[in-house]
Amino acid sequence: MSDGIEGDASVSDERERAFNERLDRSLKIEPTNWMPDAYRKTLVRQISQHAHSEIVGMLPEGNWITRAPSLQRKLILLAKVQDEAGHGLYLYSAAETLGTPRDEMVAALHAGKAKYSSIFNYPTLQWADVGAIGWLVDGAAIINQIPITRCSYGPYARAMVRICKEESFHQRQGFDIMWTLAHGTPEQHAMAQDALDRWWWPAVMMFGPPDTDSTHNEQSLRWKIKLFTNDELRQKFIDQTVPQAEQLGLVIPDPHLRWNAEKEHYEIGSIDWDEFYRVIRGDGPCNKDRLQTRIEAWEEGAWVREAAAEYARKRGAQSASP
Amino acid sequence: MKKKHEWPQWEVFVRSEAGLAHKHVGSLHAADARMALENARDVYTRRNEGVSIWVVKSDDVYATDPSESEEFFDPSEGKSYRYPTYYHVPEGVKHL
Amino acid sequence: MIATARDPRVEYVMRLGDNALVLAQRLCAWIAHAPVMEEDVALANVSLDLFGQARLWLGYAGELEGAGRDEDHFAFHRAASGFRNVLLVERPNGDFAATTVRGYFFDLWSYLALGELARSRDERIAAIAGKTRKETAYHLRRSEDWLIRLGDGTPESHARTQHAVNDLWRYTGEPFLRDEIDAAMLDAGVGFDPATLLDPWNERVRSAFSAATLAIPSDPWMQRGGKSGLHTEQLSYLLAEMQALPRSMPEAAW
Repeated sequence: MSDGIEGDASVSDERERAFNERLDRSLKIEPTNWMPDAYRKTLVRQISQHAHSEIVGMLPEGNWITRAPSLQRKLILLAKVQDEAGHGLYLYSAAETLGTPRDEMVAALHAGKAKYSSIFNYPTLQWADVGAIGWLVDGAAIINQIPITRCSYGPYARAMVRICKEESFHQRQGFDIMWTLAHGTPEQHAMAQDALDRWWWPAVMMFGPPDTDSTHNEQSLRWKIKLFTNDELRQKFIDQTVPQAEQLGLVIPDPHLRWNAEKEHYEIGSIDWDEFYRVIRGDGPCNKDRLQTRIEAWEEGAWVREAAAEYARKRGAQSASP
Repeated sequence: MKKKHEWPQWEVFVRSEAGLAHKHVGSLHAADARMALENARDVYTRRNEGVSIWVVKSDDVYATDPSESEEFFDPSEGKSYRYPTYYHVPEGVKHL
Repeated sequence: MIATARDPRVEYVMRLGDNALVLAQRLCAWIAHAPVMEEDVALANVSLDLFGQARLWLGYAGELEGAGRDEDHFAFHRAASGFRNVLLVERPNGDFAATTVRGYFFDLWSYLALGELARSRDERIAAIAGKTRKETAYHLRRSEDWLIRLGDGTPESHARTQHAVNDLWRYTGEPFLRDEIDAAMLDAGVGFDPATLLDPWNERVRSAFSAATLAIPSDPWMQRGGKSGLHTEQLSYLLAEMQALPRSMPEAAW
């Protein structure tokens, strides 16, 4: 009989083989399945980043709920931002199945240790920005998210199925705002163009750095956490969005944009990756504000959470019937 | 390290329509069972997805261990005599 | 000759619509700022319900009036003096305790009022009341639960909640005052006598306060004015924010 260390190693080899076999057979990995630590860590990072993006993502549009210009628009926007809170919750719930409590993930966000989608560090300066976010940002998000419905981790895939289904109206409502503005008064048309001018490039950057620079691409593709590369998804977004801009009668702010008939793809000018990394590092227009707002909500809510916990403790929540 | 204001986690099960079984949809946090039900209603049935909700504290859920799944589940394979198609019904016999 | 005596139902229905509209507008400002994310979702649901109620009432008020005003005209193109909501709903959000207490006082009144209106001789009013009472029952369940949790939670939550009660109590009299519009609607079998709701309201508040270990303030003075268009200062700020965009481009459609 071999010594303990060798024995452990062979057990872990066996588990790793079983894990890889599940991946190869496209079977879902479930919370109770053995998984490599690196897979678990990568997932927690990716899912919690995704959750943080939903929660921080409520802020730029949330700004405009109180100022939406009609009751119908207000209801739609409120329902959309509410969905984002819900989607954040679905995702935290998926991440918690990996053993990391939500409070820990939220604390990492507040401490500036966790990332969220950089797009939300840009400001919503006028009403058309709400339209541009729905059309471009949600449009890009859907392209990113649909493949994840088939990712290897069960709870993440299932959360994403639900999210994609619910978000199907998000992009449309944004396009609808843009359409109304683009076909409205000259002033409204100018608002729509201004919003496109400011949101186009950040939306294109949402797919992350080019494949040549992306650090996580290869491993995540092998683990089936990611199914397409950043550049593949980005191209899909550009190809579907350029004609929509034309239909809106708006101009994409890129003088180098051209149709490549041979490749049957649009080609764009060069992306300002310096800006991308600058915003990620924390120097975007709203990084400080966004995080501060979340921290304030959390800190100002502390007494409420304590009160409810204390009330439950007094009442013996476990035995209390609802 | 648990702080005293951390709310417990609850698993949420929703019956989507009368006659169907409750199905697990996800989890949430709530201070007590009543709040868990209310939060489940708001978080998981915004689109009319439910007619009934169960919540269970996540700590109270016990699951089978995948490493034991062979001994747990394989023995029920190969028992074809549990299915009606196993049996030959003589011609002309009805209501069987 | 210009018809001066407009149907009092217009005013009556506007009051109902404005209560829902102003409270909904207050609540939607919480979204993304709530104490827990689950509460963001829950508060958004209440706000959505109330905006929905406002649209039903204001849409009907516009039809009754017949002057071409629609829900958006009512919401975005009236000055504060044109609003007919009770003062209670326009009070600022404050902290979560103030929002909870304000919500509880209103939800309970609204729940009782909609019960009466569901029996209105005006079929539209009865139908709207019947539909909205269900969601209001849920709002009341939530706000009462939170009132009790906060009141009987920690010393801090108790103090904050009692403070909110002391602040808001003086706005709880107005919904029960009967003026000439209420009287006309009562006579017509369209409305109800708001004074009759006071006892059941007080009874439930007493029982909830007892569970919440909260004290009912002894100060008997009650503010009034909202129902006739005389508001607190806070309403005009709320409207300035809500109305800025459509007012800045009156010819635009959104």
